[in-house]
Amino acid sequence: MAAPVRGMIGSTSIGNTTSFQKKTRSKLVSIPGTRPSVQNGQLLVSSGVSSLDYVIGGGLAVGTLLLVEEDHYDSYSRMLLKYFLAEGVVCGHELFLASARDHPDDIMQELPSPIVDDVAGMKISEGQSQPSDPENPDTMKIAWRYQNQPKVQTALASSVRFGHYYDVSKTMEPELRQAAKCHSFYQLQETPVVTASSPLPSPYHSLLKSIQTVIRKEGFDGSTPQSKVRNVLRLGLHSLGSVLWGDDVCCKDNPAHCHALTTFLYILRGLLRTSLSVAMVTVPSHLTQNRAVMGRIIRLSDTAIALESFKGSEKETNPLYKDYHGLLHVRQLPRLNCLSCEVPDTKDLAFKLKRKQFTIERLHLPPDLSETTVSP
Amino acid sequence: MFPELNSILNSTPDSFKSSDFILVSDRRADASFLIHHHLSFYLRAGCKVCFLGLVQSFSHYSAVGQRLGVSLAQAREKGQLVFLEGLKNSIGVILQEDTSQETQPLSYLRTPGAGLEGLFRFVESSVRQSGDGDAGESWGPPVLLIDDLSVLLSLGVSVGAILDFTLYCKATVCSELQGNMVILVRCEEEDADDDEEGSNLLQRGLVHQCNLALHVEGLPTGYCRDIHGQMEVWWRQEGETICNRRKIFHFKVHDKGASFFARGTSSAVL
Repeated sequence: MAAPVRGMIGSTSIGNTTSFQKKTRSKLVSIPGTRPSVQNGQLLVSSGVSSLDYVIGGGLAVGTLLLVEEDHYDSYSRMLLKYFLAEGVVCGHELFLASARDHPDDIMQELPSPIVDDVAGMKISEGQSQPSDPENPDTMKIAWRYQNQPKVQTALASSVRFGHYYDVSKTMEPELRQAAKCHSFYQLQETPVVTASSPLPSPYHSLLKSIQTVIRKEGFDGSTPQSKVRNVLRLGLHSLGSVLWGDDVCCKDNPAHCHALTTFLYILRGLLRTSLSVAMVTVPSHLTQNRAVMGRIIRLSDTAIALESFKGSEKETNPLYKDYHGLLHVRQLPRLNCLSCEVPDTKDLAFKLKRKQFTIERLHLPPDLSETTVSP
Repeated sequence: MFPELNSILNSTPDSFKSSDFILVSDRRADASFLIHHHLSFYLRAGCKVCFLGLVQSFSHYSAVGQRLGVSLAQAREKGQLVFLEGLKNSIGVILQEDTSQETQPLSYLRTPGAGLEGLFRFVESSVRQSGDGDAGESWGPPVLLIDDLSVLLSLGVSVGAILDFTLYCKATVCSELQGNMVILVRCEEEDADDDEEGSNLLQRGLVHQCNLALHVEGLPTGYCRDIHGQMEVWWRQEGETICNRRKIFHFKVHDKGASFFARGTSSAVL
């Protein structure tokens, strides 16, 4: 099976076998950790998991919202949130973390440590020529020009420089973590503000106000003059809609605040569209009894995925799924500034969390039916 | 503007039916490409367009419009297009408690129970042309485009209030001013125990009011990469014919347009 084309597009930036440097007078801002989309020129950031970047069309577009429907024990969705924040630390983006259950500092301390050797190793190996070594069985004798190319993988991966790999068994060094600017919002420590005129309940209202203050103060919406380098703000909002946020959409059939979360997401969308920020929101959708509300929440976000882990369900012993930890459903992909959107090959995806990689793979091949079929 | 869709609906920018209420709906699919088609269609036809963009920013429509050959920024400057920026202005309404005159159309955000009168007043003032315009340009019949009406349900407005609003708009735009209306509504799955305030109720109410309904859904046989979905076109017949016309097409959305074909004739299959 050939490596996907998308993986090769990014590799031209790392496998620079020529000294040709394209002279770009690009009007796009060059912010570290971002790249323009191949499809429609949108500015993309990595979600921290390169397989996920591939599945959602190259990365998360700046100004959009990624919705993650949590799995039952909130283990893998929390992991994705940590990958997202860790990627922000490594790329030098600013972070905003809001949670109601665990203190944001606790989540920050659990961030996985980046595998820096991987990136450095690949760079070093390109510079040197590889002499054929009889003791080293890995050195290629005949196809030596391909020595430095990445091995073909069945896992979906994009360029290494854009995204990074993390070692889940180690936590990030405190120095690296503290180098990143992080704003936090811990719901249980906020004083409730009584806003009788707003249709939003107090926790959501204060969270939105806090986000807006950070965006304004740090100049992500272009309001302050550009004295410093432009940067991207990553917002991580954990477990919105759960009871701890003062919302009863997850515990009642007919909630009193059934429009609170949807109004919140609508205003958040407005804030994201008018600033250089990207948000990842996790929602415990398995607790909502009303499927219509979940449908509206998905429509109000741009990219939406759902995680279904096998732990504790009968699928755990199913031989079909023995290599994987769960299924990944792509609920929605955005159409940003263009008519068409990234259409995936197949929607049957499964994920597994290894120590050094969160891999997302196809469960089985789709039917061989396309406009450009290769004749056998 | 999609040429194939024009031939299906038998309309061109030079000759199209007036006093038309077109309902675009979808179920678990995305029918917003049809809104882009209608926007570029009516701008090309030289009509005065009032666009309520409640879910996307102006730059999004502008970027797509550029690919379809119309310049929204230019149309807005000339006065042909009146655009309501729902997303940007709603931040001010909710967070700053802004009660100035400009945010009157979005008053439903503050008091969802009160209805959509502010929004209707905005629409009314936009579509009624002043007799002696500033530039002396007179545009064609007014057109109201709404993307998307079902987001108001997410913000707490009741189905009854939205149906009242569309009825008022239809009376003003279609009957009085001989203009057209295109509304996008997004629905969820048909549920056996549907809640009272669902979007399905809204869609059924609007189908009852409209003249032409375009319904976009996924393929009933499952996901396919080369056929993005099926579109059902339903015409309300006036006159002697009793039965209503209904046709189903498959479509595929490209970068610069969409192609429509009869069921089973996709180039992937043939």
